[in-house]
Amino acid sequence: MRINGKDIEMVPPMTLKDLVAGSGYCEDRVAVELNGRIVPRSEYVNVALDNKDSIEIVGFVGGG
Amino acid sequence: MIPSEEELDRALCLRHGPEVHATIKSATVGIAGLGGLGSNIAAMLTRTGVSHLIIADFDSVDISNINRQNYSLRQLGSAKVSATDENLKAINPYMTIEKHHVKLTPSNIPDVFGRCGIVCEAFDVASEKAMLINTLLEKCPKTKIVSGSGLAGYGRSNDIRTKKLLADLYMCGDDIDMKGVKGGLMSPRVNVCAGHAANMVISLLMKEDL
Repeated sequence: MRINGKDIEMVPPMTLKDLVAGSGYCEDRVAVELNGRIVPRSEYVNVALDNKDSIEIVGFVGGG
Repeated sequence: MIPSEEELDRALCLRHGPEVHATIKSATVGIAGLGGLGSNIAAMLTRTGVSHLIIADFDSVDISNINRQNYSLRQLGSAKVSATDENLKAINPYMTIEKHHVKLTPSNIPDVFGRCGIVCEAFDVASEKAMLINTLLEKCPKTKIVSGSGLAGYGRSNDIRTKKLLADLYMCGDDIDMKGVKGGLMSPRVNVCAGHAANMVISLLMKEDL
């Protein structure tokens, strides 16, 4: 599985929700692309990941 | 005496060249949030000749904003959309500004910004930034987003960078949350980041990617 450009071996089963939390992100402060498509936040819990997946997680910080 | 629209156009054409000016003038750009980022981005884009802005903010000008936001003391208490409208019209009285004095939510964002080729995310709170960006990416797939994320403190000007992250998302900042940064939010560094965002908007209007 490729996460933010780095190859990582994932042990299934893992959902996108598990991955986001396990990578140190707060779910309400991210946007996630799975294989080039944006994933609605409400779907994170339903998306089962595969080792062929490519994932981009973008985290946002406060201040403006 | 305020110059005519033709005189303003001529001045901008002389500075930027007629083709560049025509491209910039015809664009419609959205700005979500009119705080330190948004109020300054709006002024920079207006000076550069962007003549159609859609601006949205629910807040009013407060004394705590004056350290970094593009407002004056006599505008305290005014809705930020009205104060921004006033400030921008003082730079270009002939521009069109669509004002939305609302709190942006997933249900109204597509209606407010659906016509914009580019939207600047200029919120303060990280979860609100994520909400806006997720909504735009999901519901307005042709819209490019220029976002500010990480701009607190002073010094470290060169740590603020513009990155292309997802297909249509450009992020400007240093990725460091304002909490715990010495000095909090200050005008110079907020403007470094706002400058990155406004500069990215102009590049995208000129069809030049990162």
